[in-house]
Amino acid sequence: MYEAAVFYAFGAVLLVSALAVITARNPVHGVLFLVLAFFTASAIWLLLRAEFLAIALVVVYVGAVMVLFLFVVMMLDINLERVREGFWRNLPLALVVGGVMVVEMVLVLAGKYFDIVATRPAPFPPGYSNTRALGRLLYTDYCYAFEIAAVVLLVAIIAAISLTLRRRKDSRYQDPAEQVRARREERVRLVSMPAERDA
Amino acid sequence: MREWWIDKADWLQGQGTWGPMVYATAMALAGIIAIVAPLFACVAYLTLWERKLIGWIQIRIGPNRVGPLGLLQPVADGVKLLMKEIIVPSSANKGLYILAPIVMLMPALAAWAVIPFAPEVVLADINAGLLYIMALSSLGVYGVIVAGWASNSKYAFLGAMRSAAQMVSYELAMGFALVVVLMVSGSLKLSDIVVSQGRGLFASMGLNFLSWNWLPLLPILVVYFVSGVAETNRAPFDVVEGESEIVAGHMIEYSGMAFALFFLAEYMNMILISTLTVVMFFGGWQPPIDTYLFAEVPPFKFGLFWLFVKTFVVVSMFLWLRATFPRYRYDQIMRLGWKIFIPITIVWIVVVGIWMQTPWSLWR
Repeated sequence: MYEAAVFYAFGAVLLVSALAVITARNPVHGVLFLVLAFFTASAIWLLLRAEFLAIALVVVYVGAVMVLFLFVVMMLDINLERVREGFWRNLPLALVVGGVMVVEMVLVLAGKYFDIVATRPAPFPPGYSNTRALGRLLYTDYCYAFEIAAVVLLVAIIAAISLTLRRRKDSRYQDPAEQVRARREERVRLVSMPAERDA
Repeated sequence: MREWWIDKADWLQGQGTWGPMVYATAMALAGIIAIVAPLFACVAYLTLWERKLIGWIQIRIGPNRVGPLGLLQPVADGVKLLMKEIIVPSSANKGLYILAPIVMLMPALAAWAVIPFAPEVVLADINAGLLYIMALSSLGVYGVIVAGWASNSKYAFLGAMRSAAQMVSYELAMGFALVVVLMVSGSLKLSDIVVSQGRGLFASMGLNFLSWNWLPLLPILVVYFVSGVAETNRAPFDVVEGESEIVAGHMIEYSGMAFALFFLAEYMNMILISTLTVVMFFGGWQPPIDTYLFAEVPPFKFGLFWLFVKTFVVVSMFLWLRATFPRYRYDQIMRLGWKIFIPITIVWIVVVGIWMQTPWSLWR
C-alpha cells in the first residue's frame, strides 16, 4: 500500500521528466531533466531492494557521466533551429527504433504478467547485503565475463584517448620535480658592489 | 511526561493502515530535526571559529565586537544576510538560478542520515551507507555548475567549469580511498566500520587509538583528507571561487540568503567530510584509550562527545590549511588528482589486498 503510493509517485516523476528531456526547448534543461530521470529511476530500484545498483546508477551516471555531459552541452552553442531541421527526415528511423523498443518492452512485461506473484522479491534474511551477494557472483561465477568486460572497457578508454589526443607544440609545460629541485644558487647571483658616492 | 508520549505513540501505531505510517513519518521527521538543528548551530559557530583561529594564526584578534568575545557575530551575520535583497540578474535563467543553492545544500544535509553519532544513534543505519555517502557527495557539483550557468556571467561560468573538472577528478581518488576502508572493515555500513576499528592487538591492550584505521592506512588517510579539501573547494584548492581571478566564481551574482545557502553548504560539507574522516579513520565514537574515566564518567562516556572532539580537531585542520598555504595553480590541482592520488590509491588497494591475505593481516 505504502510502497505502491511511493512507486506511483516516483513513476509519475520519472515519466514526466523523461518526457521533458525530449520536449525541453533549452538543451541544458533537457540534460537536467535527464539527471532527474536517472535519480528517480534509482529510487525505483531502491524500492526493489537493489540498493547497490541504485546507488551505482547515481554515482556513475548522475555523479560523473551527466556532469561531463552537462559541461559539454553548456559549452556548445547549440542552434535549435538547425537541430529541428532534421526532424522529419529522421522521423521514419526514429519510429522504427521506437517500435522495436515498444515490442521488446511488451515482451518483457507480458512474460512476467503471467506469473506476477513470482516477480515480487522474496524477503531477505537479516544481515543480507545486496552488495556482498553481487560481488560474490561477479568475482566467482562470472569472473571471466566480468574481466573480459573490464578489458573491453579499458581498450575503449585507450582508443578514445588516443583518437582525441592532440599534442600542441606551443603548450607550455613545467616539470614539478624540476621546480622542487631548484636551489637558490641556480636562480640568484649575489653581487658585491661598491657603494655609490655622491659626485 | 514520558509515559504520556509512549501512550500516544502506541495509540497511533494501532490506528489501522495509516497509523504506523504516520508514526514512522513523525519519528523520521523528529530525527531529522534533531540532527539538522544542532548542525546549523555548528555551521554558524564554525564560521566564527574559522575567523578566530585564522586570526590567532596570523597574530590578530579576530571578531571581538559583537557580544562577549565576539560570540554573537554569527547571529549578526545571519540577520544581515536575511535582510539583504536577493538580486536576480535580468538575463539569468530564473528557475535554475533559485534552484542552484538548494541543490547545493540538499545533499550536504541528506548525507547526515547515515552518520553514526554513537552506538545505535543513527537515523538510518543502512547496509550501503558508504555507497550512499559517495552518491550524495557526487551530487554537490550540480549546485555549482547550475549556479554558474544560470547566472549568465562569464566569471560564474568559469568557476563552474573549474569546479566540474576539479570535483569529478577528486571524487575518484576519494572513492578509491573509501574502497580501501571498505576492504579492511568488510562492510559498507558506517557503524560496522566504526566497530571494526575497535578490534586488534593494540585495542586488546587498551590503546584503542593505535588500532584505528589511521595508522595502518596512513597514506590513504592523507589522500582522503586532501581530496576532501579539494572536493569541498576549500583553500588551497579554492580556484572555483578564486577571489583574485574570478572574484567569487559561481556565487558572484548571488546575494542575501541565496548566497548564504552556498555558504552554509560549503561549511556543512566541511563538517561532513571531517566527520567522515573521523568515522573512517579515527574510530568514530570510540574513546582513544580504554580507562575507567572514559568508560563511566560523563561527558567522556558519551560517544557523541568523542565524535564531536575528533571532528572539531579535523575541521580545525581545514582552517589551518587555509591559513597556511597559498592557492594551488589549476594545472597542478589536476596533476595532483590524476597523476598522484589516483595511482597511489590504486597501488594501495592492491597492497592492502595482498596484506590481508598474508598471515600478518591486521584485519580478521
